[in-house]
Amino acid sequence: MTISPDALVLWRWGWLHINATLVFTWAIMALLVGGSWLVTRRLSHGPHISRWQNLLEVLVTGIRDQIRQVSHQDPGRYLPFVGTLFLFIGAANLLTVVPGYHPPSASLSTTTALALCVLVAVPIYGIASEGVIDYLRKYTRPTVLMLPFNIIGELSRTLALAVRLYGNIMSGTVIVAILLGLAPLLFPIVMRLLGLLTGMIQAYIFAVLAMVYIASASAVRGEGESTGNEG
Amino acid sequence: MDSVSLIGMVSVLAAGLSVAIGSIGPALGEGRAVGEAVSAMAQQPDEAGNISRTLFVGLAMIESTAIYCFVVAMILIFANPFWDRVVAGG
Repeated sequence: MTISPDALVLWRWGWLHINATLVFTWAIMALLVGGSWLVTRRLSHGPHISRWQNLLEVLVTGIRDQIRQVSHQDPGRYLPFVGTLFLFIGAANLLTVVPGYHPPSASLSTTTALALCVLVAVPIYGIASEGVIDYLRKYTRPTVLMLPFNIIGELSRTLALAVRLYGNIMSGTVIVAILLGLAPLLFPIVMRLLGLLTGMIQAYIFAVLAMVYIASASAVRGEGESTGNEG
Repeated sequence: MDSVSLIGMVSVLAAGLSVAIGSIGPALGEGRAVGEAVSAMAQQPDEAGNISRTLFVGLAMIESTAIYCFVVAMILIFANPFWDRVVAGG
């Protein structure tokens, strides 16, 4: 039994190993980009819109509403980053209904990459909205003594983001694999259904937490200072 | 007892104990959080959307402590570095 799709090497050539994580990550990216391109080729303004355009509009407006509720700011700046995170993780977790698919989010390297994206995006958004000096001054609040703890908190919440997503998805696949050996008739399907639910919730949580971190770094002064810093 | 069997025994014991003990705290915390959220929703049904979003984020944070224990148990069973070292060393 493998606990990570990293160990599943599909093709090797010299030092180049193509494992399942890489293949399925690119497949999901191709699916998302290709699907969006196909749908947005013929957009219509009229009262009759195609059902796929309707789907994308529902998704985008839903994500915009959620971002606005979490950050109390205009969602336009955050939509590309947070929406991409949500759609990628959601697609990666939902595609487990396809037989033979290994979710790339069950690999610690994928989730670490996503968490590092959040770690880099937080100061970028913060500096873009406040300037370098004001952003760096946030680390010394409430006193200078808190500086190391703020930095440790920044790193530990990145670790928590990565391990949370990895642990949830990996535990889903491992439990299904164990149940296939113990009670192979119905229980694995039930656990897969539960896995779909947790996968969607984890995608939502990852995006919301990324949004909360970004919003707390780039909040308008005097507002949103109490938004969560732990986790 | 040679070191291979000792490491194997301790790893399995520690893996079981880490999940068993590590899930007590998050279970209590999640139960309390859900209970409070449900009573808050019963008092203020208008705020149900807000409360449930905060509840989900909070549950994910509480649950991550249990997930850490699970990851440690998985590492101890499937990717134990001490085991690999002893087996590789002879």
